[in-house]
Amino acid sequence: METDVKDIPKKLTRKDFVSDQAVRWCPGCGDFMILANMQKAFAQMDHKKENFLSVSGIGCSSRITYYLDTYGIHSIHGRAIAVATGAKLAKPELNVWVFTGDGDCMAIGGNHFIHACRRNVDLNIIVFNNRIYGMTKGQSSPTTPTGMKTKTAPEGSYENPFNIGEVAIGAGATFFARVPDNDHALMEDVMMQAYHHKGTSVIEVLQNCVIFTDGIHEQITSKDTKHDNQVVLEQGKPIIFGKEKERGLRVNGMKLEAAKIKNGASNVLVHDATEQDSLMHLALAKMQLPEHPVAMGIIRKTDSVSYEKSTHRAIEREVSRSKFKNTSDLFKSGNTWDI
Amino acid sequence: MTEKVLNSEMRKAVVRFSGDSGDGMQLTGDMFSQASGWAGNDLTTTPDFPAEIRAPQGSVGGVSSFQIQIGGTEIYTPGDQVDVLVVMNPAALKANIRILKAGGTIIADSGSFNTRNLKKADYDTNPLEDGSLSEFHVIEAPATSLTKEALKDLGLENAAMSRSKNMFALGVVSFLFSRPLENTIHLLEKKFSSKPLLLEANKLALNAGFSFAESTEVFGASIVIPPAKLPKGTYRNIDGNTAAAWGLLAAAENSGRKLSLSSYPITPASEILHELSARKDMGAIVFQAEDEIAAVCAAIGAAFCGNLSVTTTSGPGASLKSEAMGLAIISEIPLVLINVQRAGPSTGLPTKTEQSDLNQALYGRHGEAPLVVIAASSPDDCFFYSYEASRIAMEHSTPVIMLSDSYLASGTSPWRIPGKGELQDIDIPQFNKPAEEWEPYMRNPEFLNRFWKSPGDAGFEHRIGGLEKKENTGNLTYEPDNHEKMTKIREEKIARIAKRIPEQTVTGAQSGRLLIVGWGSSHGAISTAVSELLEGGEEHIGFTHFNYINPLPQNTEEIFSKFDEIIVCELNNGQFANYLRTKLPQFSYKQFNKVKGQPFFTSEIKAEIINALTT
Repeated sequence: METDVKDIPKKLTRKDFVSDQAVRWCPGCGDFMILANMQKAFAQMDHKKENFLSVSGIGCSSRITYYLDTYGIHSIHGRAIAVATGAKLAKPELNVWVFTGDGDCMAIGGNHFIHACRRNVDLNIIVFNNRIYGMTKGQSSPTTPTGMKTKTAPEGSYENPFNIGEVAIGAGATFFARVPDNDHALMEDVMMQAYHHKGTSVIEVLQNCVIFTDGIHEQITSKDTKHDNQVVLEQGKPIIFGKEKERGLRVNGMKLEAAKIKNGASNVLVHDATEQDSLMHLALAKMQLPEHPVAMGIIRKTDSVSYEKSTHRAIEREVSRSKFKNTSDLFKSGNTWDI
Repeated sequence: MTEKVLNSEMRKAVVRFSGDSGDGMQLTGDMFSQASGWAGNDLTTTPDFPAEIRAPQGSVGGVSSFQIQIGGTEIYTPGDQVDVLVVMNPAALKANIRILKAGGTIIADSGSFNTRNLKKADYDTNPLEDGSLSEFHVIEAPATSLTKEALKDLGLENAAMSRSKNMFALGVVSFLFSRPLENTIHLLEKKFSSKPLLLEANKLALNAGFSFAESTEVFGASIVIPPAKLPKGTYRNIDGNTAAAWGLLAAAENSGRKLSLSSYPITPASEILHELSARKDMGAIVFQAEDEIAAVCAAIGAAFCGNLSVTTTSGPGASLKSEAMGLAIISEIPLVLINVQRAGPSTGLPTKTEQSDLNQALYGRHGEAPLVVIAASSPDDCFFYSYEASRIAMEHSTPVIMLSDSYLASGTSPWRIPGKGELQDIDIPQFNKPAEEWEPYMRNPEFLNRFWKSPGDAGFEHRIGGLEKKENTGNLTYEPDNHEKMTKIREEKIARIAKRIPEQTVTGAQSGRLLIVGWGSSHGAISTAVSELLEGGEEHIGFTHFNYINPLPQNTEEIFSKFDEIIVCELNNGQFANYLRTKLPQFSYKQFNKVKGQPFFTSEIKAEIINALTT
């Protein structure tokens, strides 16, 4: 909390975060929803406008920095998280957002992703997951489902995809949430919760690419099927889903099971994103169709000191105990002689 | 054995301490350097130790050495050949005998020349006894046994006692060079302040060595090296990596910016990362990244945020950073990359020196990607050039590569601590008008540098990135003419920095027969060779040494035009010579190159010059 700057001169609105650049995504792209929700969420945050920083890598997702009227760095492929880490360490008072895609973040940038999660740098990372390389026109990505045909897997992919939540939580992420690109309220809420979380927050957006993977998330996100195929997690509440909330999750042996709730059943799991033990969070993140509904909302949100806070605490401590007021004191410390 | 070969007064002398990795030779050498500095000598040192953390004991491969040249005159190299060789075991003798001068002195711990150690060093007979060392002056100093004798009342175990024998050797050498022990004892007291028993053991051993040399009169005469005529000031010994780290701290202080260092460990650059990690007490923000790419990218993030931002590495790491350096170039942000070069390609000779990353620094990026390249030429001036790299980066909104190398990184030389106001101010271009009049890629017309605005500066919110920018506005554009114009602006911006760097100077003849050209760390050997020839009456040679590589100093062409012949000396296959051929093609350049993972020897350069003058 201490790193927040809460002296807002004037109330910002969504429009304050709209840049003068024309937005160039394909009509109907899921990225538009993310941009709009991000601008709305930015306007509700307590930071001064000049203390916002957007950092992106390369790919369709990463163009978003040009459309957000904040300080921004459109960096190089895979490296947004590394750039953002350096920025956050340099100026911990900044409100730093990273925009990346499934290729940018999970393939070429995978190393930076896991290390950010491990260190718990206070970054908010939005992964636009459309399960394909869009900008380079249709190659398999690390989240391309097995069996899907792509330009580089014309006979269908035979690779095992990453589950982003599993990687993030496995690497030590203290905040992981998943949202479909068409649920505005949930996305905005999750963005705000990520903002308030002190540490690495990872938000996976199931994003539709109208050109290469149109409808890839439809089974999960469409109006007709979402009640049965999504479970939206709420802190402290039983994990239930279905049109009539008639189904729930319970533990059966060593695994999670989706089942009809019988009258008065007490064995429905109650969600606790704040549990330090990541076992259940991993299980929830990994749920997939058809056996389970796909978990949405905040799967994990645990307390832990952020990396930049630890770094600056150490610096403050060392400066306060330092023998050296300036470089001259340092240079003349130890064994010197005069000529 | 020859008698009394040592002069009582020498202008300069080379001493090499050599023993097993565990014998404490680096510490011994370091303390002798300190005492020599106090005695007013100029000096240069170099360590030489096995790459393995624990090499086999007693083997030639496990020998660790420390070489120092001290002088009453200016000293630029640790010396080609050794006057006094201290050997703590047979392996150390084996490893170093070939660089001992004819008539030189060997101080040997005779007690360690036993059958077992002789066998480990592959000696069939004991060289101290078989006459094979007859051309040298051999002093048998029973360091092991006399140290044990001196320490017998302290109640230490055998192994602990024998660990102090390096101080016995230091005592012997201290006597030989007429150095009183007070300063060395003072150093020991600092070092072992919390370990009184070890302090006592080391003091006793040091005194025992001194007394042994004094009472046995083995040397005939002791040597006096008069103080060198150095500029007045406060001095300390410093190695190149510490000096580079401190130059950055000074630049941060003088510019009023915080220092951010983002690096990944790599030999021989890691000590800069270590030193600044320990300098949290000076406010340094240090990030040990997960890889070289993350390190440079984090540095870019910190630079955008307004800090003096630096990444340090060696050649292989610099390769990994090259894409991101392109981002820093097109974004036009201040960034310092220090490359402590080592012998390559690939893992190459990771602990050995070479100047072979010059091409990489100049050209190793995709696209038209010019940046500033400067190089340090001695351990102590790594301070000045890391300061200069920071100054130029921040004043001219550009990445700067500073080249050091393994030889400078681990060598030491006395450094005169700069007084207040001695370093050039860092004058970051300011934009003092309202934010509405500012555009991200508008420039200071004189030098074409951008105005550095960072998160936290209200009203200046803007985006940077890897895509081509529209002139002034910084908006994205694919316009053909704009790309060409921006390419030329970025090139011209670097070229104009020539106005903000010192002019090149020439030592010796200012015109005439032969110009010797060097750059970076080969300064020591070349300047020593040239000054020895000048002192010998040679009137036809001049020497010019480059620290500013890109851009070149403005008067380079003028200097070159005054000589009949130019020889470029460098530790690679001719990279600087080739660079000069493209920049100043009207001159012809001869090359003198060495690629052995070793610095130049003064004698090699001298021979090359004499050869050039006589053919």
